[in-house]
Amino acid sequence: MSKPHLELTGVDMAFDTPNGPFLALDKVNLKIRKGEFVSLIGHSGCGKSTVLNIVAGLLQATRGGCVLDGHEVNTPGPERAVVFQNHALMPWLTVYENVELAVQQVFRKTMNKKEKRDWIMHNLTLVNMQHAIDKRPGEISGGMAQRVGIARALAMKPSVLLMDEPFGALDALTRAHLQDSLMTIQQELNSTVIMITHDVDEAVLLSDRIVMMTNGPAATVGEELTIDLPRPRNRVALADNPTYVHYRQAVLSFLYEKQTFPGKGDAAEAEPEPTPDVEEPAEPPAAEEAETAPLEPQRRAIA
Amino acid sequence: MTTFTQSDKLADAPRWLSAVTEKLSPKALLRSGQTLLLPIIGIALFLLFWQLVAPQVNTSLGTFPAPTDVWEQAGQLWQEHSNERDRADRFVTMQEQRNARILQENPDAEVRIRPYPGAPTFIDQIGTSLVTVLSGFLLATLIAVPLGIVVGLNRHFAAAVNPLIQVFKPVSPLAWLPLVTMVVSATYVSDDPMFEKAFLTSMITVTLCSLWPTLINTSVGVAAVNPDLLNVSKVLRLSFWTHTRKVVLPSSVPMIFTGLRVSLGIAWMVLIAAEMLAQNPGLGKFVWDEFQNGSSQSLSRIMVAVVAIGFIGFLLDRIMLLIQKKVAWNE
Repeated sequence: MSKPHLELTGVDMAFDTPNGPFLALDKVNLKIRKGEFVSLIGHSGCGKSTVLNIVAGLLQATRGGCVLDGHEVNTPGPERAVVFQNHALMPWLTVYENVELAVQQVFRKTMNKKEKRDWIMHNLTLVNMQHAIDKRPGEISGGMAQRVGIARALAMKPSVLLMDEPFGALDALTRAHLQDSLMTIQQELNSTVIMITHDVDEAVLLSDRIVMMTNGPAATVGEELTIDLPRPRNRVALADNPTYVHYRQAVLSFLYEKQTFPGKGDAAEAEPEPTPDVEEPAEPPAAEEAETAPLEPQRRAIA
Repeated sequence: MTTFTQSDKLADAPRWLSAVTEKLSPKALLRSGQTLLLPIIGIALFLLFWQLVAPQVNTSLGTFPAPTDVWEQAGQLWQEHSNERDRADRFVTMQEQRNARILQENPDAEVRIRPYPGAPTFIDQIGTSLVTVLSGFLLATLIAVPLGIVVGLNRHFAAAVNPLIQVFKPVSPLAWLPLVTMVVSATYVSDDPMFEKAFLTSMITVTLCSLWPTLINTSVGVAAVNPDLLNVSKVLRLSFWTHTRKVVLPSSVPMIFTGLRVSLGIAWMVLIAAEMLAQNPGLGKFVWDEFQNGSSQSLSRIMVAVVAIGFIGFLLDRIMLLIQKKVAWNE
């Protein structure tokens, strides 16, 4: 508890463009405990995916860095498995072979043939896809393919599971179903998860903590909200739970009152205001709180 | 819309089911008939036009061959082939008998087995052409696919090689041929050559002209791998070799095959010209020899070759298509 599992410190990200460098992220600080489920929420273009890609090692921060279990993250690796928005399964491999590719690579030396086989089947059973192991991604629905994507990521035994809008491309019913599966799996494995989402309900339902990001350019962490709802959580029971509604309200208020849609005419004036407030005073108390009273259901107030 | 009409039909299925079996089967027959009928009509009209116009075209070797002349010569060529085969068989049996006799008289005698010395027939020449084109195409594939993968993977290498590809791609086989001939004669010196020089010259010319589409398509396919899949590969820390074998290559197989089909088409076209000039005993040489021969049947015989070349090219493309359907994951 005292030592964070994953820590981002002062992360800046600038992209080179023909018109000079574009500052996408400005001093992003984030600490995540082991077993914590953290959602990143914010408007499009606020740099959520950039944060995730830096943790994944697919992008290199311009300044600052990311430390996982005391090791600096520089390159991608299977201990930080990624679930992509569009499943990213190899279309020429079957469901089984897709997971096998990951298992074969990660456990090449540590597992024998039978252990690998069992481990692949175990993960496919976990996401309830054991019935379609010989199908190709083109022959199954988007929701099923996303399950396989999750199984492939879990099969790497990652210490952090990174999910980039994992349910964004799915219809509402499938999404709800997969959210429930993910909750069960996460509770069972007690894995650390960072998930990017646009969906307020999804964030509140699944997360232990919601990290809300300000609008880009120069996006950073705006507010953090600890969700202290008992698990297992039931979406139907929570729907009129006052605490749940309150959390939901808080996120909506951040997204639609403090950070209006980027590109709106009057947003340009409203936008720069919260940013300076947010950066400086927000981080030290947030860090303190995490150590002293991490379970208290209070908003880490900023504004 | 379609679902609506379908469910509508399903509702009163029993009533019109009998009507359907009566109506639909002639309809289906008509449709399959149409797919056959229209091409047949097209071919028939073309043949008629040809038959009418050909006698009007006068050359020093008589009039241009009409379809009937071509048909006659096709039969003639087949006849010559069967005669030649019979003669070859007789030659072989006679040789065997003679050798057996010699061995009977003197078991230590050295018997010589000579191949049949007769000239190659039209069918033999088709075989030679096929062997030559497939060898050239295979060599082109062996060069173009690995090179295309390297070009597609490495931006710097691609920038270095691209101007060369663009310049050499449009070069005609006839321009390469003299150079290839000279190089082959100079470098391929052997007392007991495994291949004819003419064969090597034709094959290398085919390779030089047909490797470009495969090379370009492979490099484009390799460079266009879905970035998400590349990220998966990075997260898994696949080695360069595994990455190429398990991600890049399968992903570009559809593009590679499109290139291979174009390449094979070009290879077949180029081959005929190459064989004419290199005197490789294939279809190209057949056409050239008939042209030089200049008998009254020559033009008809050349026309038989033209039709055969067309059919074989079509068949080769179909075979490639079948292989593509077997191999490519997106088919």
